[in-house]
Amino acid sequence: MLKYTLKRLLQAIPTMLVVITIAFFLMRVAPGGPFDGERSLPPQIEANLMAAYHLDEPLWQQYARYLGNLVQGDFGPSFKYKDFTVTELIMQGFPVSLEIGGLAILLALLVGLPLGVIAALRRNTGIDYTVMGLALAGIAVPNFVIAPLLALVFGVLLQWLPAGGWNDGALPNMILPIVALAVPQIAYIARMMRASMIEVLGSHYIRTARAKGLTETEVVWRHAMRPALLPVTSYLGPAIAGIITGSVVIEQIFGIPGIGRYFVQGALNRDYTLVMGTVVFYGALIVLMNLIVDLIYSALDPQIRYDD
Amino acid sequence: MTTDTLNQTIAPAGDSLGRDAWRRLSQNRAAMVSLALLGLMALACFLGPMLSPWGLAEVDWNAFSSAPTLEGWHLLGTDANGRDLLTRTLYGGQISLSVALVATFVSLVIGVLYGAISGYVGGRLDNLMMRFVDIMYSLPFMFLVILLMVVFGRNIFLIYAAIGAVEWLDMARIVRGQTLALKQREFIEAAHALGVKDGKIVTRHLIPNAIGPVIVYVTLTVPKVILLESFLSFLGLGVQEPLTSWGVLISEGTESMQTEPWMLLVPSVFLAVTLFCLNFLGDGLRDALDPKTR
Repeated sequence: MLKYTLKRLLQAIPTMLVVITIAFFLMRVAPGGPFDGERSLPPQIEANLMAAYHLDEPLWQQYARYLGNLVQGDFGPSFKYKDFTVTELIMQGFPVSLEIGGLAILLALLVGLPLGVIAALRRNTGIDYTVMGLALAGIAVPNFVIAPLLALVFGVLLQWLPAGGWNDGALPNMILPIVALAVPQIAYIARMMRASMIEVLGSHYIRTARAKGLTETEVVWRHAMRPALLPVTSYLGPAIAGIITGSVVIEQIFGIPGIGRYFVQGALNRDYTLVMGTVVFYGALIVLMNLIVDLIYSALDPQIRYDD
Repeated sequence: MTTDTLNQTIAPAGDSLGRDAWRRLSQNRAAMVSLALLGLMALACFLGPMLSPWGLAEVDWNAFSSAPTLEGWHLLGTDANGRDLLTRTLYGGQISLSVALVATFVSLVIGVLYGAISGYVGGRLDNLMMRFVDIMYSLPFMFLVILLMVVFGRNIFLIYAAIGAVEWLDMARIVRGQTLALKQREFIEAAHALGVKDGKIVTRHLIPNAIGPVIVYVTLTVPKVILLESFLSFLGLGVQEPLTSWGVLISEGTESMQTEPWMLLVPSVFLAVTLFCLNFLGDGLRDALDPKTR
């Protein structure tokens, strides 16, 4: 297991290098620079600024310098948020994004899994059709539509919850963004869980379990649940990636001070270092999450051993 | 026997596969309703604006932020600048739908060629090409697409090519899998024996036979691309004024939803109905073309 983990971590290095390289050079061919303001700066000052941020060096030298700093964990200073390093900005935003995203994943599992199981057990009944219809709606309606609609209904019309704002992470402010992030994932998870549960319930060892007189509850919990969870587990990697991307719009809509907002603002402002920093950070996060998901998968499935 | 007569004698057998799939699809009521709705949607978006008394950016000075009304024929109201919302939504649909088609086509061409070559040549090249796909898979794509948008911000067609260029990975994998299975078959061997060149075997014999799963995947890619485009437009990184798309309209609607909820609801409903139908159609096609469910 340890050997496998190390191997995967080593494999992540070229992936991250590709991410960094693409992001670095794309950002530099973009027209406009970080110091294009309302009025143009005097040439002397601009030259000094460029020199201070090493923007006057040849591109390959800047690239090498960036990689060198990155290895030491230094994302560089932000161009737009003066007096802040990118590391500081990310560390400010990440706890917020993590809280929202983590709770959204949890909610998606807590709602999606039971819905899928119920739909599978009550196959081709009204309950099944209702759940699957709702799931399709959850997939077809993007979360940047769901989020404003939730804010409209619960924030504006009913006035139960605040329609936006963060308020230092007060619970009422978190509910709507978390639900909006979780809805598409609930839909996917419910669909996958239903399909895999139906497949497992049709297999021979379930027939054997029934034949030896186990109750339906025992069959489902003791024998069917674990294998049925496998496909859903492997979906967790994409689900986490989906929630991370979703958080970009959700944070924008609800005005949440997380990383997603920095990313969009940074891209629009040509804040090279901030955009690079968020891309690298999220890239590393997604790679890491995929590894963790694979390890969980192997723990659930006795047929998979990573030792050799 | 000339090739023409050969083709004629072979044609019915090839046709019946498609006809069989069509028969199965036409029995799927949800898929057929979706197909009809999608046709209507396309007709409305591309022909509707011609029937409208209002233009894309035409301002009605008597109706700012008007609710749906028959007065001045603002059937679905106007926005804060007095522009007819129905007309703008239909124009936005033109952009969203054409983007979807262009980008899907790009992903189709790249994915099918890449997958077919990788699978057909095999060996070390296949290994190399698939490792590349694996690396691409683990990239945080949305972020790279957003970067692309920042770079090519002003040219919409370049953007759509860019979306297509990142959506081809699944297609390449599917086609490679098909190719690996197909290239063992006798008719490929026969083509070899007859001295057909490799390039021609790929384009004339392999790709046409792998088309079923490709069609299914295309119907699933179209909604993904529409979603991606509206996502980008919503963030203000997609199409620019005076052009509009569903994502832009939804984003505008969000800003004024407290006072003018229809501005959010109208484009959202258009987008949701289209995505719904495409998903139903994709499911239906998968059932119709999947040999296992026959």
